[in-house]
Amino acid sequence: MSAQEQTRPQTIHTTYREAMREAIRDALIRDPRVFLMGEDVGRYGGCFAVSKGLLEEFGPERIRDTPLSESAFVGAGIGAAMGGMRPIVEIMTVNFSLLALDQIVNNAATILHMSGGQFNIPLVIRMTTGAGRQLAAQHSHSLEGWYAHIPGIKVLAPATLEDARGMLWTALEDPDPVLIFEHGSLYNMEGELAADAGAVDIEHAAIRRPGSDLSLITYGGTLGKAMQAALELAAAGIDAEVLDLRTLRPLDNDAIVDSVTRTHRAVIIDEGWRSGSISAEISARIMEGTFYELDAPVQRVCSAEAPMPYPKHLEEAALPQVSVIVETARALVGKRD
Amino acid sequence: MPSLGADIETGTLVQWLVKPGDRINRGDIIAVVETEKGAIEIEVFQSGTVQSFAVQEGDKVPVGATLALIATDGETPAPPVREPVPVVPAPSSLRPAAALPTAPAPAAPPAAPAAKPASAAATAHLRISPLAMRVALELGIDPATVKGTGPGGAITRFDVEAAAKGKAAAAPPPPPPIATPSPTPTPAAKEIRPAMMAADKQAAMRRAIAAAMARSKREIPHYYLGTQIDMSRAIAWLREENLRRSINDRLLYSAMLLKSVALTLREFPELNGFWVDGAFKPGDGIHVGVAISLRLGGLVAPAIHDADKKSLSEIMVSLRGLVKRVRAGVLRSSEIADATITVTSLGEQGIESVFGVIYPPQVALVGFGKIVERPWAEGGMIGARPIIMASLSGDHRASDGHRGGLFLAALDRLLQNPEKL
Repeated sequence: MSAQEQTRPQTIHTTYREAMREAIRDALIRDPRVFLMGEDVGRYGGCFAVSKGLLEEFGPERIRDTPLSESAFVGAGIGAAMGGMRPIVEIMTVNFSLLALDQIVNNAATILHMSGGQFNIPLVIRMTTGAGRQLAAQHSHSLEGWYAHIPGIKVLAPATLEDARGMLWTALEDPDPVLIFEHGSLYNMEGELAADAGAVDIEHAAIRRPGSDLSLITYGGTLGKAMQAALELAAAGIDAEVLDLRTLRPLDNDAIVDSVTRTHRAVIIDEGWRSGSISAEISARIMEGTFYELDAPVQRVCSAEAPMPYPKHLEEAALPQVSVIVETARALVGKRD
Repeated sequence: MPSLGADIETGTLVQWLVKPGDRINRGDIIAVVETEKGAIEIEVFQSGTVQSFAVQEGDKVPVGATLALIATDGETPAPPVREPVPVVPAPSSLRPAAALPTAPAPAAPPAAPAAKPASAAATAHLRISPLAMRVALELGIDPATVKGTGPGGAITRFDVEAAAKGKAAAAPPPPPPIATPSPTPTPAAKEIRPAMMAADKQAAMRRAIAAAMARSKREIPHYYLGTQIDMSRAIAWLREENLRRSINDRLLYSAMLLKSVALTLREFPELNGFWVDGAFKPGDGIHVGVAISLRLGGLVAPAIHDADKKSLSEIMVSLRGLVKRVRAGVLRSSEIADATITVTSLGEQGIESVFGVIYPPQVALVGFGKIVERPWAEGGMIGARPIIMASLSGDHRASDGHRGGLFLAALDRLLQNPEKL
């Protein structure tokens, strides 16, 4: 650890929100084709204050407030991307992105294919996802798994400061549409980030904690819960590995299979609803790739299958919690006395 | 163990369907035996009371071995059988008890309560993870002896490894199963080792076919005859006949072909029977074997008994039943063993003629191709007629081409008078 710190002595104390803002700033400075567009991203500074100060720095041509019409401004983003720009489109929450589903799924994801390879859509769409802030069923769902179903787009879920800072530039470099899902509960997450942190790869899952007894497989807003659960499991003598998927489409199949092949057990933690979810897809891949390595059935910890409740105690009851992850993992490993 | 057909020398008794003390009647199915040809139901030929079993479930025994003692009506029960049954060693190490070649089969007293072999425990699946199963096989641990600590009491790798450590630590190995009173495989162990895996079965069937066919070509001097038969009258008659029948009772022309072969054979007994020990032995009836191909490859030719005495409707019913049981892998011992001739029809595959290989120890095989429309001259006129190619593969030791030719001609004549069927 100390050796590692010596190699990168310069760190800054920052938040996920600031890391994301720095990523946007950096992109705006490095590439004149990049601009940010969305509801309240300019004068208001972004609904989650991610773009605060950017209008003053870059002006209204590059920080553009849009009318309240997701379909229109995502469509405009697709057109700008086809015309040679590198737009970053911000949608307030994934719930609202459903109004732009036609643009994302029927246009952005298909134009390269349907134009016979003539038109790439180098578009990046950022949106918040997830619950935990008492924003109720209008703003709190986790639908990124739906987007992960669609060929033609990439789906990212930055869960760390490094990924918040580094995924955007790599996404902008990608010639095809990339969706970035920022879990709303992460914006205030604080931590140390290398002063020279930059672009990161978006192709590989990351082992956030190596372990040998079981794999906790997760992404985005539940990574912190999985890490906390791993700590508590370690106290109980169970050595859990935590795999952060980072990218939901395309899934890093090898990382999943490798991890479970080593640990022989898996718990998938996903804030989405269980039925027809990304957790179901991961479970299927584990079965396909590691059946003869499995020492126990794959388990999932997901959200209650109900619209997200508003009251705090009900919202907590509906969401995956550390205690449930720990219980599930302990039941899976069995008695060890 | 009854004869289960040419080149099948042993069978594994998979399940007793009766128990000592049961009253049984001639024709009852009393057991299921697994062979290279699939599961075969064993019929009994005496009525009486089951006295005792000489063979336990899971035992592999040669054809001819005593399976059970039956007290026929009026007979006082004899003392239980004591002679050791020659049990063929099973290849798996997972069933040490049943595999011991010298284990005598102790007979339960006739009045003993049903020692039900397929108990609830046997049908309950062993809860073991795929990994633990693999490790158990690697370490040579019988999973049925391992206590599970995983989810829902499932056996995990940890449990198997713990059991392996315990086994290594225990000083002497457990006493040989010969000392135990009942060498019955433990139900759970049986559960995890199916009598024969599907792939093994395929390979075994292929070997059985290979052996039978190689023997046929090695030993039987085949002669081959073929003739084209005008089917227009037979088909016209069949169409009329089917109009009178409900959909379920309608006849297929293959039933007519089988019946006509059976009837014609009455006049040609030298084609209906077996070549054994250097001499022809006529069949005790006309039992027509029907070659039925299996979906996964291979074929069997179970018999329709006394096909010459059955009506077309009865043949149709038999044929449907045979195909169904063949596909389900369950045939009766008498069906598989005693066909006196075989008929093969490859018309469905689109071929016009087939010259088959005789299934030993039979002495003839009749083949049919598909019905095709062909120009046909009759009475100075040419017309389009449905034609089928009938062939005969004959064993020259038992019959000559002259008689074979007469057989095909008689078959043709019969098919020109379909109402006689």
